[in-house]
Amino acid sequence: MISFLQTTGKRVLDILAGLGRSAQLLIAALLGVRYVLKNFHLLIKQIYVTGVLSIAIISVSGLFIGMVLGLQGYSILVDFGAEDALGQMVALTLLRELSPVVAALLFAGRAGSALTAEIGLMKATEQLASMEMIGVDPVKRVIAPRLYAGIIALPLLCIIFSVIGIWGGMLVGVEWLGVFDGSYWGNMQASVTFGHDVLNGIIKSIVFAIVVTWIAVFQGYDLIPTSEGISRATTKTVVYGSLAVLGLDFVLTALMFGDF
Amino acid sequence: MTTRWIEVSVGAFVVAAGLAFIVLAMKVSGLDYRSDDKSTYTVYAHFNNVGGLKPRAKVTMAGVTIGRVDSIQIDPQWYDARVTLKIDNSMKNKLSEDTSAMILTSGLLGENYIGLIVGAEEEMIQDGGQIRDTQPALVLEDLIGKFLSSMGKE
Repeated sequence: MISFLQTTGKRVLDILAGLGRSAQLLIAALLGVRYVLKNFHLLIKQIYVTGVLSIAIISVSGLFIGMVLGLQGYSILVDFGAEDALGQMVALTLLRELSPVVAALLFAGRAGSALTAEIGLMKATEQLASMEMIGVDPVKRVIAPRLYAGIIALPLLCIIFSVIGIWGGMLVGVEWLGVFDGSYWGNMQASVTFGHDVLNGIIKSIVFAIVVTWIAVFQGYDLIPTSEGISRATTKTVVYGSLAVLGLDFVLTALMFGDF
Repeated sequence: MTTRWIEVSVGAFVVAAGLAFIVLAMKVSGLDYRSDDKSTYTVYAHFNNVGGLKPRAKVTMAGVTIGRVDSIQIDPQWYDARVTLKIDNSMKNKLSEDTSAMILTSGLLGENYIGLIVGAEEEMIQDGGQIRDTQPALVLEDLIGKFLSSMGKE
């Protein structure tokens, strides 16, 4: 009985300590903003790694998701003779939900896991420790640029995702299935509002960017420096990142669009 | 992989995202239609009942969109709905004083919009003018009520 209580207590304390360490890391990295601005090339390099190299997967999935939305939406709407509303359906689905969420999930898999593995290998090969030895703060030099790069890159990727998805929906709906393109764009413009739909989607994406990148750099920084530890931390990044995105998405949606 | 290439590609990435943002703002949410007031002029119309009409709904003539609903307010003097319409400048001085406006529904389940029907008078509606001849929205409940009461009389 006592040992059961002890293991439970130890687990809770471990989780709390982990949360505390991750919050410390987040604040320390965010406070490194001046170092990042002074060494701007570090940030550019990381935006290249996390953002530019993710463009291919983001645009391909955006295109296909838009095309599928166009096809599925048409097959449902045409029963009601309302296929003119296809544009508004595709645009609202993408802007409000799919592009922030899917872009963040892909980002967690594509860029987050890479961040974790890279930082983890740096820790395992004691590069972080030797940086500290020569008087360079690894949190400012390694963590901060990656965190800021992720926070900048994901919202940009999300915007690109939306535009390509809406274009993909038009490709299927207008070019292939024959929805009138004036009503595709007109209905979209009549129902999508800039402040409510576009900006809220981008705010969602910024929140997801902070959470996913935070999880990725923390898992890398905090892992057990063995090959097994790195593989486990990489898995954790993707799993925790995806779960956090999906859970937060509900909360944010309820806050943003829940007031009827 | 030179530093130069990295910087160029990051620049291109940011510019592409910026362009995509402008597309979202202009093309998808139709922001330009509102902010750009110079290409439209204002006409008011009073309706007894606007039904499900919403701001940003389209204003059509012969089925062609020529403007948008800007705002809908209650007029406390007559207790009817005062609808502000933004009409394209291409239709300026082409709508006669006796143009009539009615609230229509696109399809069975579609959105409400305003249809204008051309009049015959020589005088044209000016910027800030008013459409006098209006027909309120068809409210399904009223129709059913009328139908039931006429059934009862027979």
